[in-house]
Amino acid sequence: MSTLLHVEDLRVSFPTRTGVVEAVRGVSFALGQERLGIVGESGSGKSQTGRAIMGLTPLQAEIKARRLEFNGIDLLKASAAERRALRGNRIAMILQDPKYSLDPVMTIGRQIVETLRTHEKVGKSEARARALDMLAAVQIRDPKRVYDLYPHEVSGGMGQRAMIAMMLIAGPELLIADEPTSALDVTVQLDILRILDRLVIDRGMGLIFISHDLRLVSTFCDRVIVMYAGKIVEELKASELSQAKHPYTQGLLNCMPKIGENRHPLPVLDRQPEWLL
Amino acid sequence: MENQTQARRANKRASDILKAVASFVVIVATTYLGLLAVTFFIGRVVPIDPVLAIVGDRAPAHVVERTRIEMGFNLPYYQQFYLYVKGVLQGDFGTSVLTTNPVMADIRRVFPATMELATVGTVIGAALGIPLGVLAAVKRGSLADQVVRIIGLIGYSVPIFWLGLLALLVFYARLGWTAGPGRIDVVFEYTFTPITGFYLLDAVLNRDWAAFKDIFAHIILPASLLGYFSLAYISRMTRSFMLNELSQEYIVAARAKGLSETRIIWGHALRNAAVPLVTVIALSYAGLLEGSVLTETVFAWPGLGLYITNSLQNADMNAVLGGTIVIGSVFIALNLLSDLLYRLLDPRTRIR
Repeated sequence: MSTLLHVEDLRVSFPTRTGVVEAVRGVSFALGQERLGIVGESGSGKSQTGRAIMGLTPLQAEIKARRLEFNGIDLLKASAAERRALRGNRIAMILQDPKYSLDPVMTIGRQIVETLRTHEKVGKSEARARALDMLAAVQIRDPKRVYDLYPHEVSGGMGQRAMIAMMLIAGPELLIADEPTSALDVTVQLDILRILDRLVIDRGMGLIFISHDLRLVSTFCDRVIVMYAGKIVEELKASELSQAKHPYTQGLLNCMPKIGENRHPLPVLDRQPEWLL
Repeated sequence: MENQTQARRANKRASDILKAVASFVVIVATTYLGLLAVTFFIGRVVPIDPVLAIVGDRAPAHVVERTRIEMGFNLPYYQQFYLYVKGVLQGDFGTSVLTTNPVMADIRRVFPATMELATVGTVIGAALGIPLGVLAAVKRGSLADQVVRIIGLIGYSVPIFWLGLLALLVFYARLGWTAGPGRIDVVFEYTFTPITGFYLLDAVLNRDWAAFKDIFAHIILPASLLGYFSLAYISRMTRSFMLNELSQEYIVAARAKGLSETRIIWGHALRNAAVPLVTVIALSYAGLLEGSVLTETVFAWPGLGLYITNSLQNADMNAVLGGTIVIGSVFIALNLLSDLLYRLLDPRTRIR
């Protein structure tokens, strides 16, 4: 299996008035055509890791790494234009909430076509046909109708399917999904995950799945990285989750309630200062 | 089955649109009635006797009494109001004491002058203000942003009569780049026939290019001044709307798609910022349509602001109230227009 992405000692820091805040502090991993889960609480640096790979961190952020390489392309040395040409074309990202991540004044079809025509020279009618195919591929039953709808006219699940279609139409090799189901109804979460899973496998993409839900990630990914305060505290195979050694990971696993269980008093994560080191 | 649902949906859509139109009409009618009530009330409570204003204060008592009855002031108020509304709806605002013309005829003469000036001013203000505001928002905190903000601040704080006189002094008296006060040179007084009252348009209709050049030279200075003031407002609002849009998630998504910055700024962010911007521009346009008394005075522009001010100083109540109604109508019309534009720009407000 060839390696798509090399991340070695990635650091993302933000200068603020009160000093430099390090959001990501030395993250390393390699990714092939597999599904990697990154799990952690808010502020653990999981989203910033994803955005650093995309090249979407805010301008004032400083990104350092020993190595940040996608398919032999050194992302740290690539120009802004080169990185833009990669985005949406070879590396794509799915955002959390379709209610905010789709342009409210543009029809869904046009937003999908926009991605395609940014990266490929295709005619109008061909672009439309391919967008309709893509909408069908994310299991939208009536692509022709949805094509002309505006984002506010579709449900959350439908919107997220449109988002996936918009990001996958140019055929990326790597997909970063940043909490793609967190804003959705529980009943449609699984639908979206199944669609995503099938597309990732069928198209042989690498996937980085960012989430705070450890169990969800473990059912869906091959490998899981657990992050805490900007660092990787544990990396395991999804099947070996029960053997997690780090107390933080164990804490995350134990926070799921079981039916019939008596939880009084509710256990609280006992954070140790040495985890931060 | 399918056809039935479709027919039902079409029916619902038609009745929705009908409802919207009906509520539109009701809103306009109510607003208008309110406007007329206010002007009627003002006309009755101001300490100006409309009868004395016509007959003069040396007229004998029986003449005063006869005029009072002729003008309907002996009737109860609700009848007076009814006659007033009826007159206004027929375009009859009464006669101006000052000019001895029907007020409607006067307004037809002065309003196009103001509207032409306001339109050119707003076009200048929007054409420069929007790109400047976008630039300031995109390069937030940079030198360009500071410069735009200072330009805006000056536009807000400098009095227009001072800037107007200065502009006349520099561009007309010293440099001779533009024409002086007035709408058109006296040379054209007998050759130029107004059709619509919008001189630039009239010159085009008459194919009188010499006159067009002269009218343009006259309008460009006051219009630029008004444009500068609306630019100050429009650029500031554009900046803040753009900053708001640029921080939205769909902008991150657009970047993740690999779109160019140009496309993101003009195709996505400004397209969304345009929705509230329409209201801002409409309001600033309406403000200019009131007729800027100071600008019109400095540039001897025979517009609505000057007309109303003159009438007010001469206790010419019919003219003042007529002018007020015209300004009120302008506001109502522009509000409706921006409502319609809103629907055009924002699919979320459309009837489906």
